[in-house]
Amino acid sequence: MNGPHDLGGQMGFGPVAPEKDEPYFHAEWEKRALGLTLSGGALGGWTIDESRHARENIPPAQYLGASYYEIWIRALEVLLERHGFAARTEIDAGRKQMEPAVPKRILKADMVAGVLARGGPCDRPVESEPRFQPGDQVRTRNFNPETHTRLPRYARAKTGVVEAVQGSFVFPDDNAHGKGENPQWVYTVVFDGPEIWGEGADPTLTVSIDAWESYLERV
Amino acid sequence: MSTHNHHHHDHDHDYGHGHDHDHDNRYSDMQARVKALETVLTEKGLIDPMAIDAIVDTYETKIGPRNGARVVAKAWSDPDFAAWLRTDATAAIASLGYTGRQGEHMRAVFNTPDTHNLVVCTLCSCYPWAVLGLPPVWYKAPAYRSRAVIDPRGVLAEFGLILPETKKIRVWDSTAELRYLVIPERPEGTEGLGEEALADLVSRDAMIGTAIAGPRP
Repeated sequence: MNGPHDLGGQMGFGPVAPEKDEPYFHAEWEKRALGLTLSGGALGGWTIDESRHARENIPPAQYLGASYYEIWIRALEVLLERHGFAARTEIDAGRKQMEPAVPKRILKADMVAGVLARGGPCDRPVESEPRFQPGDQVRTRNFNPETHTRLPRYARAKTGVVEAVQGSFVFPDDNAHGKGENPQWVYTVVFDGPEIWGEGADPTLTVSIDAWESYLERV
Repeated sequence: MSTHNHHHHDHDHDYGHGHDHDHDNRYSDMQARVKALETVLTEKGLIDPMAIDAIVDTYETKIGPRNGARVVAKAWSDPDFAAWLRTDATAAIASLGYTGRQGEHMRAVFNTPDTHNLVVCTLCSCYPWAVLGLPPVWYKAPAYRSRAVIDPRGVLAEFGLILPETKKIRVWDSTAELRYLVIPERPEGTEGLGEEALADLVSRDAMIGTAIAGPRP
């Protein structure tokens, strides 16, 4: 979707503001927000792709004004309600009002080290051979789906070169919507700055994206 | 902890409660909202507050940019390890004990005299947690995410890094599940240093690409 999250090339946000000796958290609630987001994901009700799409669906004015932990929490509330774990009315009231859906698992303290060390690999085998090889010229598709995609707007309908075949991975455009993992080959595709940004672009700049095979057409 | 820290833009927001709030209210609102969420989920038996404590402790004390700095120092010191990083960064990094969440599929990208690498996630906040820990606020904020791909030299200048005009810049937008670690160039005059001393020269920002390696200013 062409949501507020798709920020590459947008203007008007001012300078980057690095904070010297920045702490990991700026408030206690940010710590709880991190833990709640990971614990919520562990319930097994949704995938990382669905959670990203929930964040993208936060209304633009709210998204662009929020810190990232706030974005996580706003999306988590939506996901918890969608999957029957907690209703908004309960969160507003701050107390349990109904029995939740049955989770696949509950993340307990003694599981945390193992869960974090394992992570959630999303490479999956595919039966087909890669359609493209390093050095191939490719053009990204031009589309504007209302659903989840990981092809940024700035990199649509652009010509680049395949630099690497990176393996085969869960296809987020499907997986975010419960349509299955449907893995595809993923390629690193490099674009010259002027191909993306046109007149006045920095000629010393190249930008790469990691693109699922169905984002690409042979030139 | 303070509820008076400000990390937002300097204008008011309406964020769904039907009336505007100033920033002190915004921060304390989030504190109340997150507290309510934790209370409800705990009452429902869906979360373990001790697990949250353990997650926070992990990223405050165990997993941070020192991990990545050790990877870089070893790459500088051991050509075989550097070669392994180029061909299978996930395995090479795992051999040092750094694995797991947001480090499942690692790629190491090496700065050279000709090319400087810079990593961004324009679409969200993808970041190599296993080697760098949690990302800084600026990495997840619109200014960096919007400009890193179109004006990387301007962004780097805001970090105090002015690159020669002839130096090529390669920006890696983390649009899939690969997570990128920049291997900065080894500073001159460091031939005699061991790996721990070398790691001291490698900042978090040098491994994102918004700095180069060297003594802390």
